[in-house]
Amino acid sequence: MTQKLKLPPHVKETELKGLYKQMWLIRFFEEKVDEFFAKGMIHGTTHLSVGQEASAVGSIAVLNEQDKITSTHRGHGHCIAKGATVNGMMAELFGRTTGYCKGKGGSMHIADVDKGNLGANGIVGGGFAIAAGAALTSQMKGAGYVVLCFFGDGASNEGSFHEAINLASIWKLPVVFICENNQYGMSGPVREMINIEDIAARAASYGIPGKVVDGNDVFEVMNGVSEAVDRARNGEGPSIVEAKTYRSKGHSKSDAKKYRTREEEKEWLLRDPIKLMAKVLIEEEIFTQQEAEEIKADAKKEVEESVEFAKNSPEPTLDALMEDIYA
Amino acid sequence: MRELTYLEAVREAMSQEMRANEDVFVLGEDIGVYGGAFGVTRGMIEEFGPERIRNTPISEAAISGTAVGAALTGMRPIVELQFSDFMTIAMDNMVNQAAKIRYMYGGKGKVPMVLRTPAGSGTGAAAQHSQSLEAWMAHIPGLKVVQPSTAYDAKGLLKAAIDDDNPVIFYEHKLCYPKKSDVPEEAYSIPLGKADIKKQGSDVTIVATAIMVHKSLEAAEELQKEGIEVEVIDPRTLVPLDIETIVQSVKKTGRLVVVHEAVKRGGFGGEIASLIAESEAFDYLDAPIKRLGGKAVPIPYNPELEKAAVPVVADIVTAVKETLNRL
Ligand SMILES: Cc1ncc(C[n+]2csc(CCOP(=O)(O)OP(=O)(O)O)c2C)c(N)n1
Repeated sequence: MTQKLKLPPHVKETELKGLYKQMWLIRFFEEKVDEFFAKGMIHGTTHLSVGQEASAVGSIAVLNEQDKITSTHRGHGHCIAKGATVNGMMAELFGRTTGYCKGKGGSMHIADVDKGNLGANGIVGGGFAIAAGAALTSQMKGAGYVVLCFFGDGASNEGSFHEAINLASIWKLPVVFICENNQYGMSGPVREMINIEDIAARAASYGIPGKVVDGNDVFEVMNGVSEAVDRARNGEGPSIVEAKTYRSKGHSKSDAKKYRTREEEKEWLLRDPIKLMAKVLIEEEIFTQQEAEEIKADAKKEVEESVEFAKNSPEPTLDALMEDIYA
Repeated sequence: MRELTYLEAVREAMSQEMRANEDVFVLGEDIGVYGGAFGVTRGMIEEFGPERIRNTPISEAAISGTAVGAALTGMRPIVELQFSDFMTIAMDNMVNQAAKIRYMYGGKGKVPMVLRTPAGSGTGAAAQHSQSLEAWMAHIPGLKVVQPSTAYDAKGLLKAAIDDDNPVIFYEHKLCYPKKSDVPEEAYSIPLGKADIKKQGSDVTIVATAIMVHKSLEAAEELQKEGIEVEVIDPRTLVPLDIETIVQSVKKTGRLVVVHEAVKRGGFGGEIASLIAESEAFDYLDAPIKRLGGKAVPIPYNPELEKAAVPVVADIVTAVKETLNRL
């Protein structure tokens, strides 16, 4: 095996095909969502993570079943990587009863608490303290699980970032803060919003490790996150892992992307995380080009089917309006 | 029966619940050896240790959010928010996260947490440490709001709040802390949503909350000397609200005075008055409903001004006489 395929102990070679499929599931799901959104078939707003699939899949690949995540407003990839079905997700975006939140949450609030997905979040920075709290439960109950907290570069300027990471560090909570630095917070370039090169450097002020990885290289993400997860699981406390990546699409709907150049976009496109992964897996003979195509086709089919599932699912009745407010 | 102060009753309820259930713990600023800003948690760290009486940094956003995350994953945290005014900093977690998680997630997941916090004026702490903001919280679907006025109620309501599977905001009026009443030693629960008739009467109904219950009882005593029989009702919880008990009382007396310390404008008194106006009791009203509340002013420092900012006993006496046309 060459240097390229250095897998962390948590990821078996046999899982790689499945992870590759997840990458495509996320891509196809979001492209479908983008299309339906443009056609007015999905309402509200959605934030797509096209181009950022590696940070979601690579990070969650090193987790156990019982480990937990908190996600962001740009959370479709995290949900799929944590085991959500595209059926339940598509149905949610269509507002149907079969959706993950019975059609009441929508894109920004998909959660699957039973499977350890503590929820996407419409509040930028809303997940920091929730993740710390879930990690506190793990610590207090001796449950042994670790929590991954995804956040964006922009979110790291919220007060909750500093408060929650400080708390997690003094209490040595088993949580890993994963910054998906896609270079922009809405229209705000990270270089104008933060006066340091790496967000991971902020870890120093809380006395915890901070590490930068190539967020488009799923293997680098895995290895970086794996170290941090081990540390957390061993009771050594939190870390920050910063995955440098890029969101190919606009922030959300009707984004003319005036704040960046087409050249910059093209440059990042050359390093598409799915193509990078395929290249390595073919070189390492994990699969053939042919198999890679089949996996891609499978993912596409699954997403197509989810559309049928969603369209054929019932709309909630008006009775549902007042349901589930209180436990 | 033995007497306890309201403060001791709150402490006893927490301690008994913590003994009965390992999942219950307290977190907040200075609650450890210091015993909390008002002494409510004094001695608890000796019995329960620093794991379960968790002293936090000055980080209201982190404290409240950590509680949300811990609650969502199986703990039953009690937050002590040092002053209810700091809700502004915990607001996102209570309003956007705790209150909405269950609904957004389609009925999956629950957030069984209590946020206890001292509220109200009368200590000279001025505008940023004296507010009564319960109407804010009562406005938010998904939260429950409790305002005990006596030691007996505080103990029973706090147990109910801790046992409740929803986020509960538990307001403790600072001037109620030293008030004593008979409190049983064993644990008992007072259901949320059950008003208490603190004094029976036939001429006028007063609905009062927190410290205003005591002021209303004083006013009732004075009025009794003039042969006016006042009924004093303490709703004890604003959400859920026991409107039925108030309706029955107003049907009996034909007159209603609502008294709270919070600013009258937009206050909860308006809600109670409207509910009565919309109810069958409307036809029984012999006089317009009167609302007494704080003036629309930040609580001032000067003791005389501070007193003048919120209803005093004489105001209540006058209001009752006005409804009876006895002035
Ligand atoms: C508290 C808060 N402020 C602002 C917004 C509006 N908003 C939504 S996403 C976003 C940009 C967030 O940037 P970042 O954290 O870098 O994540 P990214 O969108 O790049 O994934 C903003 C400003 C919000 N939802 N919540």
